[in-house]
Amino acid sequence: MTLLELTDVTASYGPVQVLDGVSLSVPDGGSVGILGANGAGKTTTLRAISGSVRTGGQIRFDGRDIRGRRPDQVAALGIAHVPEGRGTLGQLSVRENLMVGAYLRKDRKAIAGDLDYCLDLFPQLQDRVVSRAAALSGGEQQMLAVGRAFMAKPKLLLLDEASLGLAPSTAKAVYQAIRRLRLESGIAMLVVEQNANLAFSLVDTATVLETGRNVLTGTSAELKGMDAIRRAYLGG
Amino acid sequence: MGTFIQLVVDGLATGSIYAALALAIVLVNQATGLINFAQGGMAVLSAYIAYVFVQLGLPLILAILISIVFSFLFGALVERFLIRRFERGDPDTAVVVTIGLLTLVTGISAVLWGYNNLGFPSLFPLTSVEILGAVVSVRSLATAVTIVVIMVVLQLLFLRTKLGLALRAVADNPASAAFSGLPVGRLLMVGWGLAATLGAIAGVLVAPQLTLTPGMLDTALVYALAAVILGGLTSPIGCVVAASAIGVLENLVAVYIPLIGHDLKIAVPFALIFVILIVRPQGLFGRKVVVRV
Repeated sequence: MTLLELTDVTASYGPVQVLDGVSLSVPDGGSVGILGANGAGKTTTLRAISGSVRTGGQIRFDGRDIRGRRPDQVAALGIAHVPEGRGTLGQLSVRENLMVGAYLRKDRKAIAGDLDYCLDLFPQLQDRVVSRAAALSGGEQQMLAVGRAFMAKPKLLLLDEASLGLAPSTAKAVYQAIRRLRLESGIAMLVVEQNANLAFSLVDTATVLETGRNVLTGTSAELKGMDAIRRAYLGG
Repeated sequence: MGTFIQLVVDGLATGSIYAALALAIVLVNQATGLINFAQGGMAVLSAYIAYVFVQLGLPLILAILISIVFSFLFGALVERFLIRRFERGDPDTAVVVTIGLLTLVTGISAVLWGYNNLGFPSLFPLTSVEILGAVVSVRSLATAVTIVVIMVVLQLLFLRTKLGLALRAVADNPASAAFSGLPVGRLLMVGWGLAATLGAIAGVLVAPQLTLTPGMLDTALVYALAAVILGGLTSPIGCVVAASAIGVLENLVAVYIPLIGHDLKIAVPFALIFVILIVRPQGLFGRKVVVRV
């Protein structure tokens, strides 16, 4: 069944049109990638879904039209957005960041269990639960951001450039943990990623954006090595 | 020795008034990242509201409760309809807006109730007790105790409750907090409402002593800001300790250093602000903001 469906979604920042008719769908428990060069509209697509930018077209999630809702309302429906630049709450401790993630939940016992699971998923955070998030390394902050999103127990995770600014080995470790999270939790994912190898390690299908519209959609196997992918990433 | 203890206790009492305002400023800052210069003016308005209901014949405690409810709503509405427009922009602009609000609220109080000093009944008995040879008024003691209780409650609110966590998360990064489902707008209103409530308590505690005028808390606001800088913007306990220290210090300096005396004692907090900003900008109890990219 389809969990998320975008039909002809448009978005603009002031006079600048960034999305010019993006369509894509994410099945229940599926993992879909958004590929494309800088400025193609990948991040804006995620922002359109989470309600952080004014949009046109249709966005359906879990059988409901969610276009035009505020970010906190979208989050309440079961969409967790890990924004570009991580969005960790710098002055709060690691533990507090994770608890903010669970803000909408009432099941105290399950929250404690999920907190332990987070620390098991990202062992680097174990010794730092009382440290302020701002004092963490970039990789640790990214892990914290993903952990916080997981704490909301969402149906869909929007993941924006989780490898940005990380050393290759760190980025790999982050993706390994996210793959494990996907396997064990069954949370559906919509993934924006510049690094094609990392992206294909996580997604089943992907769509390629060029200047705000889809130009190609296919399975990971089909898209790997295609010329369109090289063009999308190198902008050539 | 008797004089010394007397000066210290009186200083603690006035210090606790600065502390109440300082706590309100810290609360708004923790919840929204802004400094509200209108905090004093709004507190005076709250005291006038209580005054009106006392004049109508209501018991003092009831009048204060009404004023507290009014203040919470007023603070929340000020956030929603005035500050909200400036939150996303330059924080300096928002600061100028709060200074404008101070002028406006003070002006409204003056238009409605005039500039004449109005007597305000005291919540606590006007008797005094003897402690270590010094005569201490029950009012001073009770005021100080009330403020300490509020400080503890506030510290617990911020560090031990879900609401406190949410308020801090929104202050840290509102856009990111919304991604976790936090109703940012409503939380900001609650933050401003709580701060205005604290201001109201400060207002009604100090009004009997200073008598009610529109500019009643102008000087106290300066001391409160000094306390906030001295104690650190992130620490309720720090600013209460700092406010008490300032209260005591200004009393001692006025009496024991003839060069300064009563006329120049207001310079004391300013001198402290300068020294602290140079030596320890995060305040004595505050935390340095570390950002890694």
